[in-house]
Amino acid sequence: MLKTCDVRELQAICRQIRRDIITMITAAKSGHPGGSLSAVEIVTTLFFDVMKHDPANPKWADRDRFLLSKGHACPVLYSAFAELGYTPKDQLNTLRKLGSIYQGHPDVRFIPALEASTGSLGQGLSLGIGMALAARLNGSPSRTFVVLGDGESQEGQIWEAAMFAPFHKIDNLVCIVDYNKIQLDGFVKDILDLSPLAEKWRAFGWHAIELDGHSIPALQSAFAEAAEVKGKPTVLIANTIKGKGVSFMENNPKFHGVAPTEKEMELALQEIG
Amino acid sequence: MAAKTRYELKPGLATREAFGKALVELGRQNKDVVVCDADLSKSTYTAGFAKEFPDRFIECGIAEMNMVGIGSGLASGGKIAFVSSFSCFVINKGFEQLRVTAAFPNVNLKVVGTHSGISIGEDGPSQMSIEDLGLACSLPGFTVLCPADEVSMTALIHASAAHFGPVFVRAGRAKAAVIYEAGQQFTIGKGIELVEGSDVTLIATGLLVAEAIRAAETLAAEGISARVVDLHTIKPLDRDIIARAASETGAIVVCEEHLLDAGLGVRVAQVVSETTPCAMEFVGIRNTYAESATPDELLDKYGLRAKDVAQAARKAVARK
Repeated sequence: MLKTCDVRELQAICRQIRRDIITMITAAKSGHPGGSLSAVEIVTTLFFDVMKHDPANPKWADRDRFLLSKGHACPVLYSAFAELGYTPKDQLNTLRKLGSIYQGHPDVRFIPALEASTGSLGQGLSLGIGMALAARLNGSPSRTFVVLGDGESQEGQIWEAAMFAPFHKIDNLVCIVDYNKIQLDGFVKDILDLSPLAEKWRAFGWHAIELDGHSIPALQSAFAEAAEVKGKPTVLIANTIKGKGVSFMENNPKFHGVAPTEKEMELALQEIG
Repeated sequence: MAAKTRYELKPGLATREAFGKALVELGRQNKDVVVCDADLSKSTYTAGFAKEFPDRFIECGIAEMNMVGIGSGLASGGKIAFVSSFSCFVINKGFEQLRVTAAFPNVNLKVVGTHSGISIGEDGPSQMSIEDLGLACSLPGFTVLCPADEVSMTALIHASAAHFGPVFVRAGRAKAAVIYEAGQQFTIGKGIELVEGSDVTLIATGLLVAEAIRAAETLAAEGISARVVDLHTIKPLDRDIIARAASETGAIVVCEEHLLDAGLGVRVAQVVSETTPCAMEFVGIRNTYAESATPDELLDKYGLRAKDVAQAARKAVARK
C-alpha cells in the first residue's frame, strides 16, 4: 500500500480498516470494537501519511515510532499493518486464536515490527519518552507518536510522564488522546471525569491541540503543527466517537469490549460500505 | 578438611558504591550506556555517572513507574539503559512496568536496586527491600544478581551490560567485607565455591556470604567441614553446584538477607528436591518486617549472623 496525503484515498483506507476491525473481532468472538473504531482516522493518518517508516525495513533506525498505549484497540493497528504489508492480511481473522500473530493485545514476540507490547494501561507515554530521548541522544530525526485512551488517562503514570516530557523539552514526541468519552464501565464523565482535559495537559507544559479526531484534514493539520513546535511536546486531544462508523455501536458503552454477532457484523459492514 | 582459602575479611566498599564506580567505567567504555535515577543519585551512587556524563544521565524525579518505562523505551531505542533507585521503590513501585515493558518483551533494561535488605538500618522497614529477589525472580526472562562485595559487584555490572536482556542487580547500603581478589572471574549463572567442605554446604548470597565464611571457620573448629558457595546469580540458578553440594555434603544451609517465603532458599530447595533431596535449613527473615536500629543491631536481632548460620548448619548436619 502506497502512502498518500489525499483525503479521499485516506478515507477509503479508513473504510477498509473499519471492515477489517468488524470482521476480525466477529471471527474472534471477543475483542474491543468501540475503541478500535474511534482510533481509525488517527492511526490511518499517521501510518499512511504522516509517519516515516518502511514496511520493507521495519527496524530502520531512523523510522518514526508508533505506540498504541491503549493496546486493547489493536485490531485497528493490525489492520493497518496488514494493509501496509508488515503482516499477512489473510491471517487477520485468526485474531486471538492459538498460534495467531494477532494476539489479544499487541505482543512484540509475535510481531517484531511493533515497537512495544502494550495492554496494561498507562505505560505507553513513558516508553515513548524513552524512545524519543534515545533518538535525541543518537542525533536521529526519528519522531515518536503515542496513542492514549481517555479512560487510560486515569492512570497515575500518565501524569508522571506528562510532567516529565515538557520539563525535558522533548519536542520529537506527539501524544494523541483518543477522547471517545467511554470506558468499560460506562461514560468517562460518570466514572472519573477528565475534563477539562486540554487544560490539564497545558498546565503540565504541553502544546495542546483540540480537534475532531475523525477529520483527516484536521489531523493532518495538527500533525503538521506539532512538527513545527519546538522546545515542548505536543498533545492532540482528539474528540472522537466510540464505535464510529457503525450506528448501533456509536456512543454505546456495550461495544467497548463485546464482539458483534454475525448478524450485527452484516449490518455493520453494510453501513461502512 | 581445611578451607581452600584462609579468608581475612577486610572492610570494603558498600556494593552500591562499587556499582556507582563501575557505571562510570562503563560510561567511559560505551557511549550507549545511559542511566536514570529517581531523586536518589547521591544514595545510589549514580551521581558519579551524572557528573561525568550529564547528557547521558536522566533525572526522573520521584516517579519510579515513569522511570522504568523511560528506561525500557531507551533500551528499545538501542541504549544500554540502567535505572536505579532504592530496591524497594524501583521493584515495588516499578513492578508492573518491569513486567510489561521489560520482562514480557525481553527488553535490554538493567535495574539496580540499592539499599536492599534490613542492613540499611535506621531508616526502617518502609525503605527496606526484603521482597525484591522474589519479585525479580518471578519475572520470566529476568537475570537476577546479588553480588557479595565490591569486586563481584564491579564484575557483574560489566557482565550485566554485556548480557542482552533484562537484569536486576541487588546492592546494599552497608559496607561489605571484601571477599574476592581483584581479577576474579565471574560468570552470570555460575556460583563460586569459596571454601571446600564435606559435611554441609553453606549456600549464601549478598551480605550473608561473609557471614557464611565466618560460620565455616567456627564449624571447622568443632570438626564440621562446611563448604561455602556464593550464589551471586539468583536466576538462572547454578543447578550443578547445588546438586553437587546436595550429593557430596548431604546437608545444605541457604543464607540470605531476604524473606524466606520468596528468596534464594525456596529456589535452592526446588533444585535440591528435583535432584538429590537432603537435609536443608534456612537463614533469612521469617515472615516479618524489621525496624529502625543500627545495621549491626538488626542483623543480630533478626538472626542473620555467622552464629545463626553455624547453628543452622549444626541442625542440618544432625538431621543427616
